[in-house]
Amino acid sequence: MIEPPLPSFPTGSDPGPSFLGLLRRMAPDALPGALAGPGSSPGPPGPAPEGVVHGTTVVAVRYADGVVMAGDRRATAGFSIASRRIEKVFPADEHSGVAIAGAAGPAVEMVKLFQVQLQHYEKVEGEPLTLEGKANQLGQLVRANLPAAMAGFAVVPLFAGFDDRQGRGRVYSFDVTGGRYEESDFHANGSGGVHARNWIKAGWRPDLTADEAVELALRSLFAAADEDAATGGPDLVRRIFPNIAVIDAGGYRTLDADDVAGRADNLLGGRERGGDGS
Amino acid sequence: MTMPFYVSPEQVMKDRADYARKGIARGKSLVALECREGIAIVAENPSRTLYKISEIYDRIAFAGVGKYNEFQMLKIGGVRLADLKGFQYSRDDVTASSLANAYAQTLGQVFTHEMKPYEVEILVASVGATPEEPNQLFHILYDGYVVDEEGFTVLGGQSETISDAIRAEFQEGLDLGAVVRLGARVLAGERDALPASQLEVATLLRSRPARAFHRVRGEELDALLAV
Repeated sequence: MIEPPLPSFPTGSDPGPSFLGLLRRMAPDALPGALAGPGSSPGPPGPAPEGVVHGTTVVAVRYADGVVMAGDRRATAGFSIASRRIEKVFPADEHSGVAIAGAAGPAVEMVKLFQVQLQHYEKVEGEPLTLEGKANQLGQLVRANLPAAMAGFAVVPLFAGFDDRQGRGRVYSFDVTGGRYEESDFHANGSGGVHARNWIKAGWRPDLTADEAVELALRSLFAAADEDAATGGPDLVRRIFPNIAVIDAGGYRTLDADDVAGRADNLLGGRERGGDGS
Repeated sequence: MTMPFYVSPEQVMKDRADYARKGIARGKSLVALECREGIAIVAENPSRTLYKISEIYDRIAFAGVGKYNEFQMLKIGGVRLADLKGFQYSRDDVTASSLANAYAQTLGQVFTHEMKPYEVEILVASVGATPEEPNQLFHILYDGYVVDEEGFTVLGGQSETISDAIRAEFQEGLDLGAVVRLGARVLAGERDALPASQLEVATLLRSRPARAFHRVRGEELDALLAV
């Protein structure tokens, strides 16, 4: 008998609303490397092999009505610059975003899977996941990536979104084991994350407006680029500036490149210009 | 030893078709109409949570009438097929016609091989990304028979009567409000036009960038129905 073309499962092995479960049963070959299951580790434990592309600094900053996410544009492979224009901030769905630091290849695949996973759940169940549920889902994907992380392909995303139920923005960070931590106000990840975080800490207030939060995020990335070789600073010659997304009750929106360039120019007219360079 | 009675294949198929048709006729009907903005799907459905109309993919919607658990299962199967295909290939490779084919094959298979046919009629609708790109309305019957409709389609028991009523008023290029009101009127039949509380309305709007599917409810629906 010909198999029916629509996927169907016996009771007990039905993946329910999980797209990852569906992919495991129907098309395991299409799973991103490390998620394929035990025995699929990309290599022995150790540092990343040379030539692996890494994305670097990303930040998320809560403000009065939502949350701002931003990422620099540099990707590195060892001491080389692999890309000047990589994007690290993505919409997860209409009301949340994910920003990635770590091995770029697995990270981009993880984001793609995460986006489909959220939408798949919403379509099967008829209701979207809560923000907390989305963060837990992402945590599971990060945990499944642990064998790859041990081999040097770590992915550590930042997740942020607007929580309809609580009426405020929320920020989650993750570690390589899939541990999920809700940050109270802001977080930054990646090689320049420490510098960015310190900068935000000094300027953060609970009553920031969206514009102020965007400015703070931009400044923090520029500060990180000042101290960290793997973080890309504002490129005034090629006009390359960070990617920025604003998420509030109205949903996720990306600031367009000219808008960000204008804001960056305003900032650079201020404190960063003509410093003593120390 | 007893001999089983001989039943001719014609009789078997006819019995099954009658069974399915009776089941479908017990439920309420649903209409889908093309309009300037895209496609509107209007169903008589007093429930706020048990939907007959759902999103399958970026520009594709699903609607079913008949037995709820059966068309619900078909909906989930379609979502799975579409998401798998979109993930493995590209989002643009998920098309309404390939979904309609999968549904037709599944329903056809169940109709001939299983004890009992599905008591459902379903619709796979997709809206073009631009006004030049045509919309598609695939109406699929309980036995896997597919009709590619243009303009509008009616699912459910009283489809003949309702189709005639639409044909009398329908024309190309009506706006969204007009087709939703037309839908509410024809579904009511002899009764007064159905109020918002008895309607489930969803649209596929060309203007929405990523996900064309949009449920119309609450004040938005009241506004469309008023005039």
